[in-house]
Amino acid sequence: MLTVRASGLHVGRGNAAIAGPFDFELTGGTALVVTGPNGAGKSTLLRTLAGLLRPIAGEIALSGVNAADGEPAERLAEVAHYVGHRHGMKTAITVGENLAFWQRYLGGQSQPGLAGVSPAAALAAVGLPGLERIPFAYLSAGQQRRASLARLLVAKRPVWLLDEPTSALDVASQARFAALVHEHLAEGGVVIAATHQPLGLETAETLQIASRGAQEAGVPGVEIDEADLAAAEGWL
Amino acid sequence: MTALFLRDLKLALTGGGGAMTGVIFFLAVVATIPFGIGPDLNLLSRIGPAILWIGALLSTLLTLDRLFQADREDGTLDLLIAGPLPMPLVVLAKCFALWAASCLPLVAASPLLGLFLALEPAALFAVMATLFVGTPAIVFIGAVGAAVAVALPRGGLLVSVLVLPLAIPVLIFGVMATYGAVNEPDPFLPPFLVLCALTLFFGALGPVAAGAALKASGD
Repeated sequence: MLTVRASGLHVGRGNAAIAGPFDFELTGGTALVVTGPNGAGKSTLLRTLAGLLRPIAGEIALSGVNAADGEPAERLAEVAHYVGHRHGMKTAITVGENLAFWQRYLGGQSQPGLAGVSPAAALAAVGLPGLERIPFAYLSAGQQRRASLARLLVAKRPVWLLDEPTSALDVASQARFAALVHEHLAEGGVVIAATHQPLGLETAETLQIASRGAQEAGVPGVEIDEADLAAAEGWL
Repeated sequence: MTALFLRDLKLALTGGGGAMTGVIFFLAVVATIPFGIGPDLNLLSRIGPAILWIGALLSTLLTLDRLFQADREDGTLDLLIAGPLPMPLVVLAKCFALWAASCLPLVAASPLLGLFLALEPAALFAVMATLFVGTPAIVFIGAVGAAVAVALPRGGLLVSVLVLPLAIPVLIFGVMATYGAVNEPDPFLPPFLVLCALTLFFGALGPVAAGAALKASGD
């Protein structure tokens, strides 16, 4: 059984903690919706979970899932798709070539456990059938977003880390994407999403991040004041 | 890794990658030198190998700053860092693609441009051979500079400044080997082998260092 657990997790940029502590445990089939005002640290939390930033304190534990090489996965990034603000698609080549690259790169073609659907089928699933021969630059903002969401389908990963996945999407596309998320959860996947819009995840747990001012105090090892410095110097 | 190599190669060749700029810059440098120096064929053929090498070095540096920046701007770099391939191999694949797209044309063009500089046939082949084994070292060194400067908006100049001192030994041994092939008492093989060794050394060190720098630059 897939379990993702965060204990005492503080996230931040550089050495400055922005948000935390987070304690949550997710098992296969559940979703976590991260909400909070702008600048509260939603993206920072997701980037930390994706392994792009180092946690300031605390840890992320993972159990019950194998990575691409068949060994038990140790890092969340090995079994996760990360969808950030930027698309990760090249504008100079076509949508189909972009998706085919990610499919090969993520092992969605060669490794049986990770096999996803073909780029054409993934585009149809996000409502862009027949667009695989169009250069990515020609798509509208919403279409680009949907095409980059199609990456979730070309290679299978049990954990989806979604940062504002439905920004620039119209209502029908949001509903279509919510259905894809439900399907992923029904297959035993885990979704962690930062979003302002309802994803149709009424059953999901919610993690509310308070704004910066409310949680300034109590972050270990980050805030250094004069008294601490003096104490440390005396100690040395 | 093959997928990444093929995609980068395709991006570089279909335009927007900026690989052709290096070749055209090389052409411009080498084609203008004879006009500046004048019709002294002996002088030209004496300094020709060095001019070809300097032109190749500068035009490689010119293409290097975009090595990781384009990927960073569109979010691809995040996915590569989080992805299944270890970062040194990602860097290696991107370096190979850059080399194949922008340095191989330089190598291929060098004998033709050598004719402009009145090089004798032995020197033409020596320049081609030394560029072939020497340019990968420049790319590997430059990858480290490009990775360090990836987060800076105008990192191109910084990359060149960071990389140039490290690339000087490559230039010295490349030119030395070429002169060795032409001037009788000088040996060709020892400097050529040192050049190969430099490429292998930076090929092992550069991707690891660049990978670490890219990981640390995540924000």
